[in-house]
Amino acid sequence: MKIIKNIVASLLFVFTIQLTAQQTPADKQSEVITIVGATAHIGNGEIIENSVITFENGKITAIDNVATTNTSGKIIDAKGKHVYPGFIMPNSTLGLGEIDAVKASVDQSEIGGVIPHVRSLIAYNAESKVVESMRPNGVLLAQITPRGGRISGTSSVVQLDAWNWEDAAVKVDDGIHLNWPNSFSNGRRRFGEEPGIKPNKDYGKQVEEIKQFLIGAKTYKLSSESIKNLPYEASLGLFDGSKKLYIHADNAREIIDAVTFSKEMGVKNVVIIGGYEANKTIDILKKHSIPVLVQRTQSLPNHNDDNYDFPYKLPKLLTDAGILVGLENSGSMERMNSRNLPFYAGQVVGQGLDKEKALQLITGNTAKILGIAKDYGTLEVGKSATLFISEGDALDMRTNQLSHAYIDGRLLSLETHQTELWKRYSNKYSK
Amino acid sequence: MKSKLYRLSFRLFFCLTFLSFTALTAQEYFPKNDGVKTKNTNYTAFTNATIIVSPTQTIKKGTLLIKDGKITNVGSNITIPKNTININLEGKSIYPSFIDVYSNFGIAETKSQRRSFGQAPQYDTNRKGYYWNEHIRAETNALDVFNYDSKKAEELRNAGFGVVNTHMQDGIVRGNGILVALNSEGSNADRLLDVNSAQYLSFNKSSASKQVYPTSLMGAMALLRQVYIDADWYAKGNIDTKDLTLEAFIINKNLKQIFYAGDKHNALRADKIGDQFGVQYTIVGQGNEYQLVDEIKKTNATYIIPINFPKAYDVSNPYQADYINLEDMRYWNQAPTNLSVLAKNNIPFSLTTHSLKSLKDFTKNLQKAIDYGLDKTKALEALTTIPAQILGKSNQIGTLSKGMQANFLITDGDIFDAKSKLYENWVQGTKNVIKDMSVKDLSGNYTLNLDEKTYDLTFTGEANTPKATIKRDTIKLKGSVTYNDNWLGLILSDKGDNIQLNARIQSDSDSINGNAQLANGKTVNWSAIKKPSTSKDKKDKKDKNLRDIMPITFPNIGYGFSEKPKEETLLFKNATVWTNENEGILENTDVLIKNGKIAKVGTNLSAGSAKVIDATGKHLTAGIIDEHTHVAAQSVNEAGQNSSAEVTIEDNIDSEDINIYRNLGGGVTSMQILHGSANPIGGRSAIVKLKWGEIGDEMIYTNSPKFIKFALGENVKQSRYPTTTNRFPQSRMGVEQMLTDYFQRAKEYDAVKKSGTPFRKDIEMEVLAEILNKERFITAHSYVQSEINMLMKVAEKFNFNINTLTHILEGYKVADKMKAHGAGGSTFSDWWSYKYEVNDAIPYNASIMHNVGIVTAINSDDREMSRRLNQEAAKTVKYGGVSEEEAWKFVTLNPAKLLHIDDRVGSIKVGKDADVVLWTDHPLSVYAKAEKTIIEGKVYFDLEKDKNQRLKIQTERNELINMMLNEKNGGAPTQAPKKSVKKELHCDTINY
Repeated sequence: MKIIKNIVASLLFVFTIQLTAQQTPADKQSEVITIVGATAHIGNGEIIENSVITFENGKITAIDNVATTNTSGKIIDAKGKHVYPGFIMPNSTLGLGEIDAVKASVDQSEIGGVIPHVRSLIAYNAESKVVESMRPNGVLLAQITPRGGRISGTSSVVQLDAWNWEDAAVKVDDGIHLNWPNSFSNGRRRFGEEPGIKPNKDYGKQVEEIKQFLIGAKTYKLSSESIKNLPYEASLGLFDGSKKLYIHADNAREIIDAVTFSKEMGVKNVVIIGGYEANKTIDILKKHSIPVLVQRTQSLPNHNDDNYDFPYKLPKLLTDAGILVGLENSGSMERMNSRNLPFYAGQVVGQGLDKEKALQLITGNTAKILGIAKDYGTLEVGKSATLFISEGDALDMRTNQLSHAYIDGRLLSLETHQTELWKRYSNKYSK
Repeated sequence: MKSKLYRLSFRLFFCLTFLSFTALTAQEYFPKNDGVKTKNTNYTAFTNATIIVSPTQTIKKGTLLIKDGKITNVGSNITIPKNTININLEGKSIYPSFIDVYSNFGIAETKSQRRSFGQAPQYDTNRKGYYWNEHIRAETNALDVFNYDSKKAEELRNAGFGVVNTHMQDGIVRGNGILVALNSEGSNADRLLDVNSAQYLSFNKSSASKQVYPTSLMGAMALLRQVYIDADWYAKGNIDTKDLTLEAFIINKNLKQIFYAGDKHNALRADKIGDQFGVQYTIVGQGNEYQLVDEIKKTNATYIIPINFPKAYDVSNPYQADYINLEDMRYWNQAPTNLSVLAKNNIPFSLTTHSLKSLKDFTKNLQKAIDYGLDKTKALEALTTIPAQILGKSNQIGTLSKGMQANFLITDGDIFDAKSKLYENWVQGTKNVIKDMSVKDLSGNYTLNLDEKTYDLTFTGEANTPKATIKRDTIKLKGSVTYNDNWLGLILSDKGDNIQLNARIQSDSDSINGNAQLANGKTVNWSAIKKPSTSKDKKDKKDKNLRDIMPITFPNIGYGFSEKPKEETLLFKNATVWTNENEGILENTDVLIKNGKIAKVGTNLSAGSAKVIDATGKHLTAGIIDEHTHVAAQSVNEAGQNSSAEVTIEDNIDSEDINIYRNLGGGVTSMQILHGSANPIGGRSAIVKLKWGEIGDEMIYTNSPKFIKFALGENVKQSRYPTTTNRFPQSRMGVEQMLTDYFQRAKEYDAVKKSGTPFRKDIEMEVLAEILNKERFITAHSYVQSEINMLMKVAEKFNFNINTLTHILEGYKVADKMKAHGAGGSTFSDWWSYKYEVNDAIPYNASIMHNVGIVTAINSDDREMSRRLNQEAAKTVKYGGVSEEEAWKFVTLNPAKLLHIDDRVGSIKVGKDADVVLWTDHPLSVYAKAEKTIIEGKVYFDLEKDKNQRLKIQTERNELINMMLNEKNGGAPTQAPKKSVKKELHCDTINY
């Protein structure tokens, strides 16, 4: 009986999904396009007022001032408007889950603890209704990342207008995600532990387990045996620099331990994700040129005595200290909230960070951190035409109003399941 | 009933036997088969003692005369009968022994009954013949479960206690207590001073029961209120069936009522319930009462205070120290002052050993409290006369007057002096030796002469277990010491030779003389002559290392105020003023605030005595109002039943939630703290102003509009419960019927009530009837169009309106129907996809509802989002193109309208409350910061003040960490660093 119920439930579910079709992915760029007159926010800290941006075959071929540049192709008049590089959401589970509370719709974590071989990309649902809701806010790229366990698996970077995951892939298997052990643990009432957060007694042991795994992988690399070990195999890129190690850590001690450890292990590229106390570890981060993807700025302080605006300010503190900083958004309701990425950057401007620097936190910097800066993240000649036009300041919700958005020069639909319902019911009441 | 009657007669029997014992002797009417009757008619007199008859009466060189366990006389010049055994207590003091009125002595803890994983929750009672809720256990008779515990009795006597009042510490109503003398020589016939000494209550559920209700503090409070009402109704003979719980409750109501609050705020909560039913509880506190001393005093209650001080945190690892909240560090610092603060405020209190891990800490902690300012007389009162008063037993215990129980302590000095020794603890005329006072204390330095050699001998430690150090020149020698029955034995090892020394100690001499057997077998004399004590020792002991005590703040946590904000007269010059009135947004405008109200809005206003604030380039708006939040609630869901209209959030506001301060930092001035969505009929709301530093009751609006939370959809049908459950409803279909049923019953109830015939008052029905009578409004948590429509139809059937639909994410689908019904909508700006019923939630919802003409608000239901609702309002400009002026009203005037407080707040209009915010930027911009947040003319948040607070917190943390490091380095025990966390509360949070 229960099985039948489940089948009925899943059929119902599939049926509902089919009721509302997704937006069709855009066709390849077929003609030269030139956007004229907009303020171009380059994504590297610079702006060009009254700009001309030309792109062809998905690549930017020219970007400069109106006075100095010839216009060609289809002209889009964007006078008084703003052009931005597509925003990039790192450390994201977009497409790995549709409805948080419906278990059957979520594919974000796997069992096993240390499973670097598990790849997020193949579960990425390019047709997710949540994914399409990113585009009208300017979020056009994302790093799809598995969750859970000690080493959760391997992420990939995708663009957010695709037929399928293969089509979406921008950088396949870009890095491995390590959830660094927490130096504090919460007393679990149901195990008879006293509630409250106390130092984690198993911390050292947990760090040792990671160490043993990585030593194992390095040793395995030297082996001439033909028997493959999938977890080791997946980790090899860490040592030759072809894969990054993303370490999720918040506490100062954890960050220092994580950085020291990964350097000792010979891991080439390390990125800290979260980094709530990264401002206390500036020296070691700078010494090893370790970038930080800072936790959701619109969140509460971790401790009662922390400044109320500390999470708003953290990216500024790190930027001012000369660290390469991007913004991420993991946490509760992270998928649907990903469209607020521009506002997470805007929040830091309120704390005194220059607007263009704030923009870098979700464009140029993030592209560098993810290793896709050759093609994405800034508006520069030779790079992908992944950009959009906004009526106003795209970091402020009032003025984040998109008229055009492009990924690799393809003109995206800015319609979604949500805009369709909006129009349907607005029409109903206007009759 | 039979068993109850039996028990009552049994109790009565016990009282009678006890009375007969005290009048004559226990054996008077007992047959004697093992010999002849041996009645002892002798007296015992304690002479030449300093007798502390009561904390305020001392007799020097007095005599205490006792017989048959009672004091027959006391005084400095009393007649001593010839048949008296005299005990000379020259140089000693006699104190009344201590009384603990909050004990579980001799009563085993209940084994906790926990629901195993996968087990269905128990909603109904498994008991028959008792009250419907298993956490009400008035029928518990402490005597039935009492087993005299000799071992514990000894521990208590060693700490100075002679009498304890014990009970079963389990449940909300816990039944009666028994008063027991710690007389291990006698039997229950002697020891039981009262078998019906008090009734005990608390807010804590019974661990003997798995019944779900109540799941919240406010539920426990509502339940207790209903018990009082039901007991009254039962007592009047209106209930046909037997209820043994209520019968016991009715009898116990005549006893002293002792309420275990265990927290300063719960003390106020308990007192409030007591006031409602004409009961003055004696309240068991926690040790943090000093933080709310004014409010605690207003309860007029006598308190029973545990004397358990936290250990210093081990802060030697700075990364770990960061995790400890200032409030917890401060509590360590301030806790020892609690009793002195209570005493200075003339709040009567007694002391309890409750919550002490070891009884050995009792004396130590008490001395600490005295070091930190507790008056010694008050301390003694708290252990003797006040507990006796609490129990109404001042004529039996607590003092050493004629006719009282012979319960007393013999010491060699001031009982609260750490150097004093407690020798004997007499209970009911029975001697209990703690330290043998006949043993001579050898402590001191001696010159030891032995076999023509001289040694330095030092005795330290307790009198009957001394430790010896023996030195020849400066070389320390090996040796050992024994001291029994006045014989001292020393073995010392000098250059490999063992010498055995013996001596009979003479009580009247400081010199020791004896024989010694040398290694060669020779016996010689030896002597030790005591050296005069050096003044240096005394000085060391005097020099107590008292820490500086940090001042308290309001509330007593980080970011609390040193002084509560005062009402100010303020003139904002040259602001952009968002009036929310017909005037719209006014540029370059002045606003005058006076007497807590908005006094003038205009240009070039004269300052007069007002403090002028240059608001050039800044924006002044009405304060933000969050229609839906769970910030500042101790608990949010009473999930134990499908309807919980009887509970109210007003009962359990958490005024120390740091999120209140953070919200002020986001420009929020008012909010509705809502019950959660665990059941279709939730609980009543608290509509509050964010008056940081005040207690909950002060935050609630005066003449607050009455609201209640209802809920529909996935949460109320328990769709994500991990286990099967038997609570109706489990579908949206059931919700309609359940609501109809309750409203129908409320209608019938109201009809009976209005008819004037006697009726059983039911708090839940009273609340529902208020809805039918349009005196209370519903905020209904709702998502999908079917259920929204249904709820409006149910309301219409009962001739009332749904005031507000909250969440209302599919409101856009039925906006026309909502408009016709007259409901308002309070929604999220852009939340969706977190559960199935928000699959069709769209960020355009607010704009569509607004365009249709519905009063629309944007709320948070989230403590993080709550502090930037200005941005959430701004999203409606992006999604759906709402004008900025209207968007701003979504978080100010419109929620004020929905909450029926728009006559007081929500816009900048002369005469309204001065609840305003000065913004650094356009208030809808993500870049804007609240610079000043003002409520009724008082500045509750100010960026500049916040900066100072940060510095102060840093300085204070550093000072406290330093103090704790000193404590650790001084060898004091510490506790591991720990961060206490308050659970984040959402609609579906169930805690407690």
